[in-house]
Amino acid sequence: MNTSRPDSSGAPAPEGPGSPDPLVSLLRRSARGDETAFAALYDATAARLHGLVTRVVRDPAQADEVTQEAYLEIWRTAARFDPERGSALSWLMTIGHRRAVDRVRSAESSSRRDTTYHRSDRQVAHDATEEAALSGLEARRVRAALSGLTPVQREAIELAYFGGYTHTEVATLLDLPVGTAKTRIRDGLIRLRDTMGVAQ
Amino acid sequence: MNDIHALSGAYAVDALDEAERAAFEEHLAVCSDCRVEVAELQEASGLLAELTSTPPPPALRDAVLSGITTVRPLPPLPQPDVAHEGSTASSGGTRTATVIPLRRRFRAPLVAAAAVIALVGGGLAVTQPWADETSQTPNAADAVLAADDAERVSLEFPDGAAATLVRSVSHGRAVLVTEDMPAPPDGMVYQLWLQAPAGDMIDAGLMPKRSDQTVMLEGDASEATGVGITVEPDGGSPEPSSAPIALFDLSGSV
Repeated sequence: MNTSRPDSSGAPAPEGPGSPDPLVSLLRRSARGDETAFAALYDATAARLHGLVTRVVRDPAQADEVTQEAYLEIWRTAARFDPERGSALSWLMTIGHRRAVDRVRSAESSSRRDTTYHRSDRQVAHDATEEAALSGLEARRVRAALSGLTPVQREAIELAYFGGYTHTEVATLLDLPVGTAKTRIRDGLIRLRDTMGVAQ
Repeated sequence: MNDIHALSGAYAVDALDEAERAAFEEHLAVCSDCRVEVAELQEASGLLAELTSTPPPPALRDAVLSGITTVRPLPPLPQPDVAHEGSTASSGGTRTATVIPLRRRFRAPLVAAAAVIALVGGGLAVTQPWADETSQTPNAADAVLAADDAERVSLEFPDGAAATLVRSVSHGRAVLVTEDMPAPPDGMVYQLWLQAPAGDMIDAGLMPKRSDQTVMLEGDASEATGVGITVEPDGGSPEPSSAPIALFDLSGSV
């Protein structure tokens, strides 16, 4: 699936007119009801979106559902994507992530919130990071950027983004004073942004 | 301001609870700096998905592609949108809704028909000036009623009155259409409320004292999970002072 995606789709939002993002034109055509374009959009992005959703939701059956819901929303709302405000990929991932987080939060009291979760969560995060090192240039860049964060920033971002925890929960999990996790998350993302060069 | 601004990172990675998220989205609507920062931080966090790339099962592709054939893509949002900040249109300050997916979570789902209490009947409407409608052109209400994504919830009351609530997410507005609505008691008025996703009720204006009418609710209804009508003292109340006489559940739509 990775091999079929457009070369530049993983790159930060190309703002200049000289480097059009193929995902943007696929989204535009999808907004006009072009199902072939939407299929191409799916093929170009599904591994990333589904991987992210799975990482947050964990249960494969539920992850499939959430991924499907996310793509349905992407289809319905494609016309609302505004390239002035960010890249197509970011828009897609934002939709998928929001839905994944909504799913796990609505199942808040389920067994995935037991005390052993925290530990296993980090284990998976570690494994995922290891695998990523082998899987492509973009992932390697991201991993390098992550390694530039402080350990607390990195953990806070991973617990929030991959774990689906609120910043208040992240503070508790990391034994941080309430109110500081949001700062760690923001500082870490800003550093990530600057390292990856995605500022607009 | 400083404090809420600091939530941009947590918002970008969906790490706010519902109340914080609602508050921050209100802030986003009026703060272009935060909108730019959130977009940039979402750009950065989205790249983390490179680390977890996992091809979905092939059957999912079939399900997605056959699923979309029955769903009509929404039209684009109207371009010159509600100018929250007059001059910043060029900074990408259109609607936050373009990057914020719709929500489906509801802390306090409304029970539509079950919550209906008999409308106060009898009594002639006291002649009073209608609520100010000057800011609500009939065309705007018509546009909502005719919107492609209009969602309708109708309620019928035991005394024969009927009310239909129409909400268009693309217009961000909701319109209430009533028929044979009895007048509120003397010194009272019907007040409209939008239920925020976090559960609280936000003042959406007063209903003119007419039995048949089309009234546009004040405020952005695109994320409302419900609409309520209460009977309040003339002039309205800052928050509902009594149980609603009608609740329209919007949580199933979207």
